[in-house]
Amino acid sequence: MSAGAGNGATLSSQAAAFVAGPRVRLKVEQASYAYAATDRSAPKFTLGPASFEAEQRELVAILGPNASGKSTLLKLLAGLLKPLSGRVEVDGFEVSGLDLRTRAQRIALVQQESELLFPLRVWEYVLQGRYPYGRRLRFESEEDCLLAGNALAQVGADALRDRWMDRLSGGEKQRVILARALAQQPALLLLDEPTQHLDIGGKVELLRRLRRLADENRYTVIVVTHELNLAAEFSDRVVLLHKGKSLRIGTPAEVYERDLLEEVFEAPLEVELRTSGRPRVILRGSH
Amino acid sequence: MRPLTPRRIIAICGLLCAVLFGVIVIALRMGAYPISLPDIVMTLFRGAIGRKDEIPSEFWLVIFGLRLPRIALGILVGAALSVAGTGFQALLRNPLADPYVLGVSSGAALGAIISLTFAPHLLGVIQLAAFIGAAATIAVVYFLGRRGGQLDSATLLLAGIVAASFLSAIIMFLLTTLSGRDLRGMAFWLMGDLAAPPPTEHVFIWFESLFIVFLISAGAIYTTASDLNLILTGEQEARHLGVNVNRVKLVVYVAASVLTGLAVSVSGAIGYVGLLVPHAMRMLFGTDYRLLIPTSAIGGAIVIVLADTLARTVVAPTELPVGAMTALAGAPVFIYLMRRRVR
Repeated sequence: MSAGAGNGATLSSQAAAFVAGPRVRLKVEQASYAYAATDRSAPKFTLGPASFEAEQRELVAILGPNASGKSTLLKLLAGLLKPLSGRVEVDGFEVSGLDLRTRAQRIALVQQESELLFPLRVWEYVLQGRYPYGRRLRFESEEDCLLAGNALAQVGADALRDRWMDRLSGGEKQRVILARALAQQPALLLLDEPTQHLDIGGKVELLRRLRRLADENRYTVIVVTHELNLAAEFSDRVVLLHKGKSLRIGTPAEVYERDLLEEVFEAPLEVELRTSGRPRVILRGSH
Repeated sequence: MRPLTPRRIIAICGLLCAVLFGVIVIALRMGAYPISLPDIVMTLFRGAIGRKDEIPSEFWLVIFGLRLPRIALGILVGAALSVAGTGFQALLRNPLADPYVLGVSSGAALGAIISLTFAPHLLGVIQLAAFIGAAATIAVVYFLGRRGGQLDSATLLLAGIVAASFLSAIIMFLLTTLSGRDLRGMAFWLMGDLAAPPPTEHVFIWFESLFIVFLISAGAIYTTASDLNLILTGEQEARHLGVNVNRVKLVVYVAASVLTGLAVSVSGAIGYVGLLVPHAMRMLFGTDYRLLIPTSAIGGAIVIVLADTLARTVVAPTELPVGAMTALAGAPVFIYLMRRRVR
């Protein structure tokens, strides 16, 4: 861990650590959360304390069945929820303590697509990613346009520039949404089930792209996904959640154990270790 | 990629101002007492340099006494309703939101009528009461329009329609039972009308203060223009991008209620302007709120001045309420624009 990212560090050394770019980018320390209908009633859902770290250029997959707390964990990482206990730090700064714009300059969150109220061109949409860098009635600078253009190029959506958002296919839209997140120039890129509406080709392409972005742009990428095999293939680290508890954290080979996965996903599964050292999950025949 | 620049905003607004000026000239010319263009120019010029005694008295009366105040009122009301409409559409994330459809105008009208029955001669009280009526109505409609914690588009509009007819019924009731009082006709409150004279002799100060309130409220909404652009693509997403959504909503909620209250207190509930004008401007100039708010303000002024001129002249010597005119012209134009966009 780099110096200055610890709890007791002074503000100036934290700033220095940020400029130098610490290796450990995301640090989750015993972060927990509980949902309740009202302040006094018993919590409906609890996310037990989770701890893990992620470095630059790392791709971390958050796995787990439905209602296991994946999205809650992602919201904690994004700073949208304040942890009940523990802390979440990005580059040494506590996420929930950052002001909104600063947070948006460091963390980009890609959620499942939302419905647009009025038609918007692709380039207009991507330029929105530059919002956190401007003042009130900001008019986009040439630099903003350049960065938005680069972001589009990085996701291979250059040709879509002048199209309308509501005329794009699912895969194209996903790429444009990703481009807007890249235009934010974040340190931490969070994605909530980005593969949901894509066919298998689109899924592979997206994860390859995320892998390359992590390597080339030195992003730390966190992906919530249901795709066990894609996660095994492309991620450096896996966080396995079950009923609000983080059951195991480690490389895919460390986490993917047949008994564990069968218990968590309640399905007959088989785990093979491939020659690449990465595991593969297959459905065990029921005959 | 052609991002919006201040120069483009100024150019487009300048163009619209020229159109507005043309509409004003037409409005000054037309009426029961026709005045030729040179006479209008001469009267305006002499009025502007303060040589009132050189103007023929009938010109002075018709232009400065009747038509110009009415045009000024039309500009104010049209601009206020249109900006309020753009604000409500973003605030409620609903393209069909407008002060009239949501019942906010009726709420403002009811507030104004109640204040008229209790404090008829206090200047500004009507405006304040109309604002409170507008703010209370939008709060009620907002909460009725939620379903499972989420704002539901159809439920919201239904709540607005129900609120509008309920409040209109109360207005009708009040106007019928209080008919002996100094109330300005049912059409004024239910359909909207610009015929009412200013409630004070200091016409200039009166208009000046109305315009100042308009500028402050519309300016407040304008400061949130780039935030509203993001809110329109999704509140959650706007939050991720660093928008303080709650603060923006509060500013727009208060300012749009003030604008509605302002417009309704001087002209009654004129419909469809807040819906039609922002949509027409979107189709012409795009959805960017930094451009949409000023163009809607000028566009609203153009539409109301034009509609009122027609209302004065179409069935002369009688007059239609301007609200009837906007509804009559607005609905077909809106359908045309909708169908053109679908294609």
